[in-house]
Order: sequence, then structure tokens, then C-alpha cells
Amino acid sequence: MASSNASWALDKSNLLTTEEMAQFVARGFVEFEAVVPEEINRAAIAEFELTGIADMVRPKPKSGAPLSDIYPDPSPIGQMLRLDRVQGIIHSLVGLDAVYDHDWVHVREAGDIVDQYLHQDAIIDVTRSFDIQLFWFPHDVVPGGGGTGFVPGSHLRSVNQADIARYQNFSGQADFSGPAGSIVVFHQGMWHRGRANHSDTRRWMYKIRLNPQSPQVRRWNLEDYDAVKGEQSDHIFGTYDPRAVSAKFRTPEPWFEFAASRLETVNRARLWRYVTGDETYDSDWYLTRTASREALDGGAR
Amino acid sequence: MSIRQQVLFLYLASSALDAPVVAWSEYDGAGEGPTPPVVAHPSAPYATGVDALRDGWRLIQASALNPPTPGHERDLSYLKHEFIFEKLVG
Repeated sequence: MASSNASWALDKSNLLTTEEMAQFVARGFVEFEAVVPEEINRAAIAEFELTGIADMVRPKPKSGAPLSDIYPDPSPIGQMLRLDRVQGIIHSLVGLDAVYDHDWVHVREAGDIVDQYLHQDAIIDVTRSFDIQLFWFPHDVVPGGGGTGFVPGSHLRSVNQADIARYQNFSGQADFSGPAGSIVVFHQGMWHRGRANHSDTRRWMYKIRLNPQSPQVRRWNLEDYDAVKGEQSDHIFGTYDPRAVSAKFRTPEPWFEFAASRLETVNRARLWRYVTGDETYDSDWYLTRTASREALDGGAR
Repeated sequence: MSIRQQVLFLYLASSALDAPVVAWSEYDGAGEGPTPPVVAHPSAPYATGVDALRDGWRLIQASALNPPTPGHERDLSYLKHEFIFEKLVG
């Protein structure tokens, strides 16, 4: 197991809460402002300026390398990855036994006024288990300053990479902006793009993809779990606990089509089943009612 | 000056043309600038598809309503209700 610094495990405050985990499941991202200290941010930018904006010569780990083995000291990337808070976030989502997939330093030059096409990384995905992509912004990013654009709630749509390039704008779309040292962690399926940089400073961003090696089940801080897990019987047209995580799963993004929003609720519930290990979990009875009918006739058509 | 085409893609919340716009794209065949547009609409250019018609856009294509592939009835993928409009400008 991975960490050379095991002290984080004793401090649950470094892990995600159930509320944060439910947001990740529902919307596909979690965001943390200024979690990386300024000296590490400055060291990273200094290194990136030496290795160049194309990021072709920077020494990189081999894909499949254990997270605990990559970027040994001295390395600002390694220092960032080994921060207690960052280790807690990673562990909550993919476990510290995750392996390195790849990483890249992304640049949006000052005055680059053209948006990248919207895309999803890698290839079309078919599993409930998921990778994470951690985006680290080592300097302040002002609104319009090239912060990564993304479409909250798009992560569970089954699309293939740049096939979504036709889509330019969504109701509810988001662009990152925030202070130096901020981190945004995306589900692998998030639709995103490099945004135009209308500022007068180059925008640096470091992205790393991590692959889980063991089931991603209940790794977060479960202290609030019982209070917000809700009941299988919670139903928006019946009785339900408004504090339960199902409230997040039935909340549509502004761009969800009317009918699709219910299927999004189902897909979120299926992902919640995976991360909780509770295959009876449901939001608004959708999965339960169809499963009980399938049990009657073996799912025959 | 030849006639040139401006194209507007509206993605609606349902198959009804008067449903709310949830996403949108535009390509200007009469423009000179880079694409995608540098200055995108910060909010939807129209509230509904019918509002685009009333502003002079001509509907040239609407998504068909295809039955789902058996075994994939609950899968979600690309935006389903795409309506393509044009304006011809001289």
C-alpha cells in the first residue's frame, strides 16, 4: 500500500465526506481551493518553464507505475501528490494503491482567444468503476483566464472523445477560476476543454490520470454516511428525506433534457451502488420497480 | 456578394420545438473570424426553438425520434433533441 506518509489515515478530515462523494457521483467533480502551498506551486511553475510548454521532454513515470513510486523527492509534482489533503482526496476516490496512467502540463497562452473543442478524454467507457483526473492550477486563474471549461453532470454520458465537439455552449456550463494551488478532480467521463485565455498571463495547469486497482467502495470519511444515506423507499412522489444523498441524484443540471434527467438519476444511483457496495440503493424507486418486475418473468421481452 | 449561410444549432429539452433551449452552437458562413466563435453567447440566444423561428431562422433539420437499442434503453449519450436552423445572408 502506497503512502510513504501514513499519518493522513489517522486524520479523517483529509478524506471526502459523504456529501462530497455524493456530489462527485452526481456532478462528476469535486473542487478544492488553494490546497497546495505556495512554495510548491512556485516550484512547479519553475520546473514547467524549464521543461517547456509542449511537455515533451519532462521525465515522466511509466504508465502502470504505483502512485507511491512516482515523482520521488525532490519533485514539486511529488510534493503535491503527497500532501495529506491530496492523498486523502485520492484515497477517497481511487485508493492509494492506484497506478499512474499519464500526466501532462497544459498551457493556454495569454491572448489565445480560441476555445479548445469540447471533448472527453481517452475512449468511450463502459464500466461503473472509474478513473480520476486531477487538475492542479499552480497560480491564480481569473475568470476568462483560460481556466478549464467543463459541463457538470456530463460524466455518465456514453460518448467517444471529440464526437461532442459540435457542442459549444450549455446552460449551466462552468469554467474554472480560483486561487493558486486549487485542485479540481474530475470523473474520467467529464466533458471539458481548454478555454480561451483573455488575460495577459500564461495559464499553466498540470493534469494527472490515476487508475484504481481495487474496488472503490466506502473509502471516504463515513462519519456522516448514516445521516445522509437515505432509504431505498425514498421517492419524490411519495415520502423521502430531503437531507439524503438522493436529493443530489434527482437534481437535474440545467442542460438535462426533461426525459433524460430521470435516466441521469438512475445512472447516478447505479454509481452510488458501486461506491457504497449497497446494491439495494435507489433514488425514486426507478431501479427497484424494474428489478422486481424482471424477477417475475426473467426479464423476457 | 454571394449568398452565405449562417447555421444555428439549438438543443432542446424535449422533441417539441417550443421546448426550452439547453445547449447551442453557431457557425457563421458570412463571418471572417476563427471558429468556434471567440465571443460565444453567455446565455442561450433564444429561450425556445419557436423563438428562433420568430426571429427569422429557418428550420432545416430536426432529430428523428429513434427507438433505443435493445439492451441499452437507459444509456445516455449525445444530446437527443437537435434542431438546426439557417439564415441566408447576402
